[in-house]
Amino acid sequence: MSYQDLEFTREELARYNRHIIIPGFGEEGQKKLKAAKVLIIGSGGLGSPALLYLTAAGVGTIGIVDFDVVDDSNLQRQVIFDIREIGKPKVEAAKRRLEALNPHTRFILHNTHLNSGNALDIIKDYDVVADGTDNFPTRYLVNDATLILDKPNVYGSIFQFEGQVSVFNYVNEKGERGPNYRDLYPTPPPPGLVPSCAEGGVLGVLPGIIGSLQALEVIKVITGIGEPLSGRFYTFDALNFDSRTFNIKRRDDNPVNGKNPTIRELIDYEQFCGMRAVEEKPAKEITARDLYDWQVKGKKFKLIDVREPSEYKIVQIGGTLIPLSTVLEHTDEIPNDMDVVFLCKSGVRSLKAIKELEEKFAFNNLYNLKGGILAYIDQVQPQLTRY
Amino acid sequence: MATVIIPTPLRKFTNQTARVQIEAGTIGEVIDQITLDFPELKKHLLDQQGGIRSFVNIFAGDEDIRDLQKENTPVNNSTIISIVPAIAGGSF
Repeated sequence: MSYQDLEFTREELARYNRHIIIPGFGEEGQKKLKAAKVLIIGSGGLGSPALLYLTAAGVGTIGIVDFDVVDDSNLQRQVIFDIREIGKPKVEAAKRRLEALNPHTRFILHNTHLNSGNALDIIKDYDVVADGTDNFPTRYLVNDATLILDKPNVYGSIFQFEGQVSVFNYVNEKGERGPNYRDLYPTPPPPGLVPSCAEGGVLGVLPGIIGSLQALEVIKVITGIGEPLSGRFYTFDALNFDSRTFNIKRRDDNPVNGKNPTIRELIDYEQFCGMRAVEEKPAKEITARDLYDWQVKGKKFKLIDVREPSEYKIVQIGGTLIPLSTVLEHTDEIPNDMDVVFLCKSGVRSLKAIKELEEKFAFNNLYNLKGGILAYIDQVQPQLTRY
Repeated sequence: MATVIIPTPLRKFTNQTARVQIEAGTIGEVIDQITLDFPELKKHLLDQQGGIRSFVNIFAGDEDIRDLQKENTPVNNSTIISIVPAIAGGSF
Protein backbone atom coordinates (compact mmCIF):
# COMPACT_ATOMS: atom_id res chain seq x y z
CA MET A 1 0.00 0.00 0.00
CA SER A 2 1.34 3.41 -0.95
CA TYR A 3 1.67 6.04 1.75
CA GLN A 4 -0.88 8.20 -0.08
CA ASP A 5 -3.59 5.66 0.62
CA LEU A 6 -3.06 5.85 4.38
CA GLU A 7 -5.59 7.67 6.49
CA PHE A 8 -4.96 9.00 9.97
CA THR A 9 -7.45 8.73 12.79
CA ARG A 10 -8.40 11.91 14.60
CA GLU A 11 -6.25 10.72 17.49
CA GLU A 12 -3.21 10.35 15.24
CA LEU A 13 -3.76 13.74 13.64
CA ALA A 14 -3.77 15.28 17.11
CA ARG A 15 -0.71 13.34 18.22
CA TYR A 16 1.37 14.25 15.16
CA ASN A 17 0.08 17.81 14.89
CA ARG A 18 3.49 19.37 15.64
CA HIS A 19 4.94 17.50 12.66
CA ILE A 20 2.04 18.08 10.33
CA ILE A 21 2.10 21.85 10.80
CA ILE A 22 5.79 22.12 9.82
CA PRO A 23 5.94 23.69 6.36
CA GLY A 24 7.29 21.16 3.90
CA PHE A 25 6.63 18.20 6.21
CA GLY A 26 2.87 18.13 6.46
CA GLU A 27 0.51 15.21 6.46
CA GLU A 28 2.44 13.75 3.55
CA GLY A 29 5.65 13.51 5.58
CA GLN A 30 3.75 11.95 8.44
CA LYS A 31 2.14 9.41 6.14
CA LYS A 32 5.54 8.47 4.76
CA LEU A 33 6.69 7.81 8.33
CA LYS A 34 3.63 5.67 9.02
CA ALA A 35 4.21 3.65 5.85
CA ALA A 36 7.92 3.15 6.61
CA LYS A 37 9.64 0.08 8.00
CA VAL A 38 12.83 0.86 9.89
CA LEU A 39 15.27 -1.67 11.31
CA ILE A 40 17.34 -0.63 14.32
CA ILE A 41 20.34 -2.90 14.79
CA GLY A 42 21.41 -2.80 18.43
CA SER A 43 19.07 -1.42 21.09
CA GLY A 44 21.87 -0.13 23.33
CA GLY A 45 23.41 3.31 23.66
CA LEU A 46 22.67 4.44 20.10
CA GLY A 47 19.57 2.33 19.60
CA SER A 48 17.86 3.66 22.76
CA PRO A 49 17.39 7.28 21.65
CA ALA A 50 16.89 6.27 18.01
CA LEU A 51 14.07 3.88 18.99
CA LEU A 52 12.45 6.36 21.36
CA TYR A 53 12.43 9.22 18.86
CA LEU A 54 11.42 7.16 15.82
CA THR A 55 8.56 5.59 17.78
CA ALA A 56 7.47 8.97 19.10
CA ALA A 57 7.71 10.38 15.57
CA GLY A 58 5.24 7.81 14.31
CA VAL A 59 7.26 5.41 12.17
CA GLY A 60 4.75 2.67 11.29
CA THR A 61 6.90 -0.41 11.66
CA ILE A 62 10.10 -0.72 13.67
CA GLY A 63 12.27 -3.83 13.83
CA ILE A 64 14.75 -4.26 16.67
CA VAL A 65 17.76 -6.59 16.53
CA ASP A 66 19.55 -7.43 19.76
CA PHE A 67 20.61 -10.68 21.37
CA ASP A 68 21.50 -9.24 24.77
CA VAL A 69 19.71 -8.94 28.11
CA VAL A 70 19.44 -5.73 30.14
CA ASP A 71 22.22 -5.29 32.67
CA ASP A 72 22.44 -2.72 35.44
CA SER A 73 25.64 -1.35 33.88
CA ASN A 74 23.67 -0.52 30.69
CA LEU A 75 21.48 2.03 32.44
CA GLN A 76 24.22 4.71 32.51
CA ARG A 77 23.45 5.35 28.82
CA GLN A 78 20.75 3.00 27.49
CA VAL A 79 17.85 5.25 28.46
CA ILE A 80 15.13 3.05 26.99
CA PHE A 81 15.52 0.56 29.86
CA ASP A 82 14.94 0.81 33.61
CA ILE A 83 15.75 -1.30 36.64
CA ARG A 84 12.57 -3.38 36.30
CA GLU A 85 13.94 -4.82 33.05
CA ILE A 86 17.31 -6.04 34.37
CA GLY A 87 17.93 -9.61 33.25
CA LYS A 88 15.24 -9.50 30.55
CA PRO A 89 15.89 -9.63 26.80
CA LYS A 90 16.56 -6.13 25.49
CA VAL A 91 14.24 -6.43 22.50
CA GLU A 92 11.32 -7.32 24.77
CA ALA A 93 12.15 -4.62 27.33
CA ALA A 94 12.42 -2.06 24.52
CA LYS A 95 9.09 -3.13 23.07
CA ARG A 96 7.33 -2.73 26.44
CA ARG A 97 8.66 0.82 26.79
CA LEU A 98 7.92 1.77 23.17
CA GLU A 99 4.41 0.35 23.09
CA ALA A 100 3.59 2.53 26.08
CA LEU A 101 4.91 5.47 24.07
CA ASN A 102 3.06 4.95 20.80
CA PRO A 103 0.27 2.43 20.26
CA HIS A 104 0.25 3.26 16.52
CA THR A 105 3.66 1.71 15.88
CA ARG A 106 4.12 -2.00 15.18
CA PHE A 107 7.26 -3.68 16.51
CA ILE A 108 9.03 -6.71 15.12
CA LEU A 109 11.58 -8.31 17.43
CA HIS A 110 14.71 -10.14 16.33
CA ASN A 111 16.17 -11.53 19.54
CA THR A 112 19.32 -12.83 17.87
CA HIS A 113 22.92 -12.12 16.92
CA LEU A 114 22.98 -10.61 13.46
CA ASN A 115 25.30 -12.80 11.38
CA SER A 116 26.09 -13.69 7.78
CA GLY A 117 23.51 -16.46 7.91
CA ASN A 118 20.50 -14.37 8.95
CA ALA A 119 21.32 -10.75 8.03
CA LEU A 120 19.83 -10.69 4.51
CA ASP A 121 16.70 -12.41 5.68
CA ILE A 122 16.19 -9.98 8.56
CA ILE A 123 17.06 -6.78 6.66
CA LYS A 124 15.23 -7.49 3.39
CA ASP A 125 11.76 -6.49 4.62
CA TYR A 126 12.79 -3.02 5.82
CA ASP A 127 13.13 0.29 3.97
CA VAL A 128 15.90 1.85 6.07
CA VAL A 129 18.48 0.44 8.46
CA ALA A 130 20.08 2.28 11.39
CA ASP A 131 23.30 0.68 12.55
CA GLY A 132 23.96 1.08 16.26
CA THR A 133 26.09 -2.00 16.78
CA ASP A 134 29.27 -2.03 18.79
CA ASN A 135 31.90 -3.95 16.87
CA PHE A 136 33.70 -3.92 13.53
CA PRO A 137 32.57 -7.32 12.17
CA THR A 138 28.90 -6.33 12.53
CA ARG A 139 29.58 -2.89 11.03
CA TYR A 140 30.96 -4.47 7.85
CA LEU A 141 28.22 -7.11 7.87
CA VAL A 142 25.46 -4.47 8.06
CA ASN A 143 27.22 -2.41 5.40
CA ASP A 144 27.55 -5.26 2.93
CA ALA A 145 24.05 -6.58 3.57
CA THR A 146 22.52 -3.15 2.94
CA LEU A 147 24.55 -2.84 -0.29
CA ILE A 148 23.42 -6.27 -1.49
CA LEU A 149 19.79 -5.49 -0.62
CA ASP A 150 19.98 -1.87 -1.86
CA LYS A 151 18.91 -0.23 1.42
CA PRO A 152 20.10 3.05 2.92
CA ASN A 153 22.16 2.57 6.10
CA VAL A 154 22.13 5.34 8.70
CA TYR A 155 25.42 4.86 10.48
CA GLY A 156 26.38 6.08 13.95
CA SER A 157 29.39 5.16 16.04
CA ILE A 158 30.88 6.31 19.31
CA PHE A 159 33.97 5.91 21.43
CA GLN A 160 34.67 7.70 24.71
CA PHE A 161 34.01 11.35 23.71
CA GLU A 162 33.99 10.91 19.93
CA GLY A 163 30.97 10.32 17.71
CA GLN A 164 30.53 9.72 13.96
CA VAL A 165 27.44 9.84 11.75
CA SER A 166 26.83 9.30 8.04
CA VAL A 167 24.13 8.02 5.70
CA PHE A 168 25.50 5.22 3.53
CA ASN A 169 24.24 3.82 0.25
CA TYR A 170 21.63 6.53 -0.17
CA VAL A 171 20.23 7.07 -3.65
CA ASN A 172 19.15 10.67 -4.21
CA GLU A 173 16.32 11.92 -6.41
CA LYS A 174 18.71 12.07 -9.38
CA GLY A 175 19.46 8.37 -8.93
CA GLU A 176 23.01 9.01 -7.71
CA ARG A 177 24.19 6.51 -5.11
CA GLY A 178 26.25 7.79 -2.18
CA PRO A 179 29.32 6.17 -0.62
CA ASN A 180 29.28 3.48 2.08
CA TYR A 181 31.36 2.33 5.03
CA ARG A 182 33.84 0.45 2.84
CA ASP A 183 34.51 3.61 0.85
CA LEU A 184 35.25 5.42 4.08
CA TYR A 185 37.20 2.68 5.84
CA PRO A 186 38.30 -0.10 3.46
CA THR A 187 39.52 -2.36 6.26
CA PRO A 188 39.01 -2.48 10.02
CA PRO A 189 41.77 -1.99 12.58
CA PRO A 190 43.41 -5.21 13.73
CA PRO A 191 41.92 -6.55 16.98
CA GLY A 192 43.51 -5.03 20.04
CA LEU A 193 44.66 -1.77 18.45
CA VAL A 194 41.40 0.04 19.17
CA PRO A 195 39.77 -0.73 22.50
CA SER A 196 36.03 -1.41 22.66
CA CYS A 197 33.63 0.76 24.65
CA ALA A 198 33.54 -2.00 27.25
CA GLU A 199 37.25 -1.39 27.82
CA GLY A 200 37.66 2.24 26.76
CA GLY A 201 34.43 3.60 28.19
CA VAL A 202 31.91 6.03 26.77
CA LEU A 203 30.28 9.14 28.23
CA GLY A 204 26.59 8.32 28.60
CA VAL A 205 25.25 11.47 26.95
CA LEU A 206 27.26 10.95 23.76
CA PRO A 207 25.25 7.98 22.42
CA GLY A 208 22.15 10.03 23.27
CA ILE A 209 23.37 12.74 20.90
CA ILE A 210 24.62 10.47 18.13
CA GLY A 211 21.64 8.07 18.30
CA SER A 212 19.30 11.08 18.09
CA LEU A 213 21.16 12.28 14.99
CA GLN A 214 20.63 8.84 13.47
CA ALA A 215 16.90 9.14 14.18
CA LEU A 216 16.93 12.54 12.49
CA GLU A 217 18.63 11.15 9.39
CA VAL A 218 16.25 8.18 9.26
CA ILE A 219 13.31 10.62 9.22
CA LYS A 220 14.98 12.68 6.45
CA VAL A 221 15.67 9.59 4.36
CA ILE A 222 12.04 8.44 4.71
CA THR A 223 10.33 11.76 4.14
CA GLY A 224 12.76 13.25 1.65
CA ILE A 225 13.00 16.55 3.55
CA GLY A 226 16.29 18.45 3.64
CA GLU A 227 19.65 17.00 2.66
CA PRO A 228 20.45 13.60 4.15
CA LEU A 229 24.03 13.19 5.37
CA SER A 230 24.98 11.19 2.28
CA GLY A 231 28.45 11.77 0.83
CA ARG A 232 29.26 13.55 4.06
CA PHE A 233 30.74 12.29 7.27
CA TYR A 234 30.01 14.06 10.54
CA THR A 235 32.30 13.82 13.55
CA PHE A 236 31.64 15.21 17.01
CA ASP A 237 34.18 15.65 19.77
CA ALA A 238 32.12 16.12 22.92
CA LEU A 239 35.16 17.08 24.96
CA ASN A 240 36.03 20.18 22.93
CA PHE A 241 32.60 20.59 21.37
CA ASP A 242 34.25 20.36 18.01
CA SER A 243 32.04 19.17 15.17
CA ARG A 244 33.17 18.76 11.59
CA THR A 245 31.49 17.54 8.43
CA PHE A 246 33.79 16.02 5.82
CA ASN A 247 33.07 15.19 2.20
CA ILE A 248 33.41 11.53 1.28
CA LYS A 249 33.16 9.81 -2.08
CA ARG A 250 32.58 6.40 -3.58
CA ARG A 251 35.73 4.49 -4.52
CA ASP A 252 36.35 2.44 -7.64
CA ASP A 253 38.15 -0.21 -5.60
CA ASN A 254 35.23 -0.86 -3.24
CA PRO A 255 35.07 -4.68 -3.21
CA VAL A 256 31.27 -4.77 -2.94
CA ASN A 257 30.05 -2.05 -5.29
CA GLY A 258 33.14 -0.56 -6.95
CA LYS A 259 34.28 -1.04 -10.54
CA ASN A 260 35.31 -4.68 -10.14
CA PRO A 261 33.39 -6.14 -7.24
CA THR A 262 34.90 -9.23 -5.66
CA ILE A 263 32.39 -9.64 -2.82
CA ARG A 264 28.95 -10.64 -4.08
CA GLU A 265 27.58 -12.31 -0.99
CA LEU A 266 28.10 -11.99 2.75
CA ILE A 267 31.46 -13.24 4.01
CA ASP A 268 32.91 -14.33 7.35
CA TYR A 269 33.24 -10.93 9.02
CA GLU A 270 35.05 -12.14 12.12
CA GLN A 271 37.74 -13.52 9.88
CA PHE A 272 37.73 -10.35 7.76
CA CYS A 273 38.32 -8.35 10.94
CA GLY A 274 41.21 -10.61 11.90
CA MET A 275 39.44 -12.04 14.90
CA ARG A 276 39.78 -15.61 13.78
CA ALA A 277 43.21 -15.25 12.22
CA VAL A 278 45.33 -18.37 12.46
CA GLU A 279 48.00 -17.77 15.03
CA GLU A 280 51.25 -19.68 15.10
CA LYS A 281 50.97 -20.42 18.79
CA PRO A 282 47.65 -19.86 20.49
CA ALA A 283 47.73 -18.99 24.19
CA LYS A 284 46.76 -21.71 26.63
CA GLU A 285 43.25 -21.32 27.97
CA ILE A 286 41.46 -22.35 31.12
CA THR A 287 37.70 -22.40 31.54
CA ALA A 288 35.98 -20.75 34.49
CA ARG A 289 34.92 -24.15 35.82
CA ASP A 290 38.46 -25.52 35.69
CA LEU A 291 39.78 -22.41 37.42
CA TYR A 292 37.20 -22.88 40.17
CA ASP A 293 38.30 -26.49 40.42
CA TRP A 294 41.91 -25.36 40.93
CA GLN A 295 40.76 -22.89 43.59
CA VAL A 296 38.70 -25.34 45.63
CA LYS A 297 41.28 -28.13 45.36
CA GLY A 298 44.00 -25.77 46.63
CA LYS A 299 46.23 -26.23 43.59
CA LYS A 300 49.36 -24.08 43.69
CA PHE A 301 48.97 -21.39 41.03
CA LYS A 302 48.87 -17.63 40.74
CA LEU A 303 45.90 -15.59 39.54
CA ILE A 304 46.61 -12.20 37.95
CA ASP A 305 43.86 -9.69 37.22
CA VAL A 306 44.84 -7.23 34.46
CA ARG A 307 41.73 -5.02 34.68
CA GLU A 308 41.71 -1.44 35.96
CA PRO A 309 41.48 -0.68 39.71
CA SER A 310 37.96 0.76 39.22
CA GLU A 311 36.80 -2.56 37.79
CA TYR A 312 38.55 -4.54 40.50
CA LYS A 313 36.57 -2.56 43.08
CA ILE A 314 33.29 -3.72 41.53
CA VAL A 315 34.10 -7.40 41.61
CA GLN A 316 37.20 -9.56 41.98
CA ILE A 317 37.94 -13.23 42.53
CA GLY A 318 41.15 -13.17 44.49
CA GLY A 319 43.58 -12.26 41.72
CA THR A 320 46.57 -9.96 42.14
CA LEU A 321 45.74 -6.65 40.45
CA ILE A 322 48.23 -5.68 37.72
CA PRO A 323 46.50 -3.49 35.07
CA LEU A 324 47.37 -4.43 31.49
CA SER A 325 49.30 -1.22 30.85
CA THR A 326 51.70 -2.02 33.72
CA VAL A 327 52.14 -5.77 33.21
CA LEU A 328 55.57 -5.51 31.59
CA GLU A 329 56.83 -3.49 34.58
CA HIS A 330 55.69 -6.12 37.07
CA THR A 331 57.25 -9.28 35.69
CA ASP A 332 58.82 -9.88 39.12
CA GLU A 333 55.32 -10.68 40.38
CA ILE A 334 54.77 -13.31 37.70
CA PRO A 335 56.29 -16.64 38.79
CA ASN A 336 57.73 -19.08 36.26
CA ASP A 337 57.72 -22.11 38.54
CA MET A 338 53.95 -22.56 38.71
CA ASP A 339 50.91 -22.08 36.50
CA VAL A 340 49.72 -18.48 36.21
CA VAL A 341 46.15 -17.62 35.18
CA PHE A 342 45.43 -14.19 33.68
CA LEU A 343 41.97 -12.70 33.75
CA CYS A 344 40.18 -9.54 32.67
CA LYS A 345 36.53 -8.69 32.03
CA SER A 346 35.95 -10.85 28.96
CA GLY A 347 39.31 -12.39 28.08
CA VAL A 348 40.72 -9.96 25.50
CA ARG A 349 43.06 -7.87 27.65
CA SER A 350 44.35 -10.90 29.55
CA LEU A 351 45.20 -12.54 26.22
CA LYS A 352 47.07 -9.40 25.21
CA ALA A 353 49.03 -9.50 28.48
CA ILE A 354 49.98 -13.14 27.88
CA LYS A 355 51.06 -12.43 24.28
CA GLU A 356 53.28 -9.56 25.40
CA LEU A 357 54.84 -11.56 28.19
CA GLU A 358 55.42 -14.63 26.04
CA GLU A 359 56.94 -12.51 23.30
CA LYS A 360 59.31 -10.57 25.56
CA PHE A 361 60.08 -13.05 28.34
CA ALA A 362 59.59 -16.60 27.05
CA PHE A 363 57.03 -17.60 29.68
CA ASN A 364 55.32 -20.92 28.94
CA ASN A 365 53.21 -21.30 32.07
CA LEU A 366 50.55 -18.65 31.38
CA TYR A 367 46.83 -19.45 30.99
CA ASN A 368 44.06 -17.16 29.80
CA LEU A 369 40.74 -17.33 31.65
CA LYS A 370 38.33 -17.97 28.80
CA GLY A 371 35.52 -15.41 28.76
CA GLY A 372 37.07 -13.47 31.65
CA ILE A 373 35.47 -12.70 34.97
CA LEU A 374 32.07 -12.49 33.27
CA ALA A 375 32.28 -16.17 32.35
CA TYR A 376 33.43 -16.96 35.88
CA ILE A 377 30.41 -15.13 37.33
CA ASP A 378 28.03 -16.83 34.89
CA GLN A 379 29.37 -20.33 35.35
CA VAL A 380 30.67 -20.45 38.89
CA GLN A 381 29.54 -17.62 41.15
CA PRO A 382 26.35 -16.00 39.79
CA GLN A 383 25.89 -14.09 43.04
CA LEU A 384 28.84 -11.82 42.20
CA THR A 385 28.25 -8.40 40.60
CA ARG A 386 28.30 -8.23 36.81
CA TYR A 387 29.17 -4.97 35.09
CA MET B 1 51.97 26.23 10.71
CA ALA B 2 49.26 23.74 9.85
CA THR B 3 46.97 22.55 12.65
CA VAL B 4 46.41 18.85 13.23
CA ILE B 5 43.34 17.78 15.18
CA ILE B 6 44.06 14.63 17.17
CA PRO B 7 41.01 12.43 17.83
CA THR B 8 40.27 11.47 21.44
CA PRO B 9 41.35 7.81 21.09
CA LEU B 10 44.85 8.92 20.00
CA ARG B 11 45.32 11.73 22.51
CA LYS B 12 46.92 9.39 25.00
CA PHE B 13 49.87 9.35 22.60
CA THR B 14 50.07 13.17 22.35
CA ASN B 15 50.08 13.99 26.07
CA GLN B 16 46.32 14.64 25.78
CA THR B 17 46.94 17.47 23.31
CA ALA B 18 43.95 17.92 20.99
CA ARG B 19 45.53 20.31 18.47
CA VAL B 20 49.12 20.14 17.33
CA GLN B 21 50.86 22.80 15.22
CA ILE B 22 53.19 21.42 12.55
CA GLU B 23 55.50 23.25 10.16
CA ALA B 24 55.22 21.34 6.89
CA GLY B 25 54.49 21.69 3.19
CA THR B 26 52.59 18.49 2.51
CA ILE B 27 50.42 15.98 4.37
CA GLY B 28 53.29 13.47 4.14
CA GLU B 29 55.62 15.91 5.91
CA VAL B 30 52.98 16.58 8.56
CA ILE B 31 52.78 12.85 9.29
CA ASP B 32 56.56 12.46 9.34
CA GLN B 33 56.87 15.31 11.80
CA ILE B 34 54.00 14.34 14.08
CA THR B 35 55.21 10.75 14.37
CA LEU B 36 58.67 12.09 15.21
CA ASP B 37 57.23 14.36 17.89
CA PHE B 38 54.98 11.61 19.21
CA PRO B 39 56.59 8.25 18.29
CA GLU B 40 53.78 6.18 19.77
CA LEU B 41 51.38 7.59 17.19
CA LYS B 42 53.30 5.88 14.44
CA LYS B 43 51.88 2.38 14.70
CA HIS B 44 48.37 3.83 14.85
CA LEU B 45 48.77 5.97 11.74
CA LEU B 46 51.15 4.02 9.50
CA ASP B 47 51.39 0.41 8.41
CA GLN B 48 54.66 -1.48 8.23
CA GLN B 49 55.33 -0.17 4.73
CA GLY B 50 54.92 3.40 5.98
CA GLY B 51 51.57 3.95 4.24
CA ILE B 52 48.60 5.51 6.00
CA ARG B 53 46.53 2.76 7.56
CA SER B 54 43.27 1.98 5.81
CA PHE B 55 41.22 2.44 8.98
CA VAL B 56 42.56 5.95 9.48
CA ASN B 57 41.29 8.81 7.35
CA ILE B 58 43.09 12.09 6.97
CA PHE B 59 41.18 15.14 5.89
CA ALA B 60 42.71 18.43 4.75
CA GLY B 61 39.99 20.94 5.53
CA ASP B 62 36.76 19.15 4.64
CA GLU B 63 38.28 16.91 1.96
CA ASP B 64 39.62 13.37 2.18
CA ILE B 65 43.26 13.43 1.08
CA ARG B 66 42.52 10.33 -1.04
CA ASP B 67 40.43 12.69 -3.20
CA LEU B 68 43.24 15.26 -3.31
CA GLN B 69 46.89 14.33 -3.83
CA LYS B 70 47.11 11.82 -0.97
CA GLU B 71 50.38 12.29 0.97
CA ASN B 72 51.47 14.93 -1.54
CA THR B 73 48.50 17.14 -0.76
CA PRO B 74 49.93 20.60 -0.05
CA VAL B 75 49.24 22.26 3.28
CA ASN B 76 49.68 25.85 4.41
CA ASN B 77 49.33 27.86 7.61
CA SER B 78 45.57 27.87 7.47
CA THR B 79 45.13 24.16 6.74
CA ILE B 80 43.30 22.18 9.38
CA ILE B 81 44.17 18.50 9.18
CA SER B 82 41.87 16.01 10.87
CA ILE B 83 42.86 12.46 11.72
CA VAL B 84 39.72 10.32 11.96
CA PRO B 85 40.20 6.64 12.84
CA ALA B 86 37.43 4.07 12.58
CA ILE B 87 35.53 3.59 15.81
CA ALA B 88 32.85 0.98 16.33
CA GLY B 89 31.17 1.58 19.67
CA GLY B 90 27.45 1.80 20.04
CA SER B 91 25.54 -0.97 21.65
CA PHE B 92 27.11 -2.27 24.82
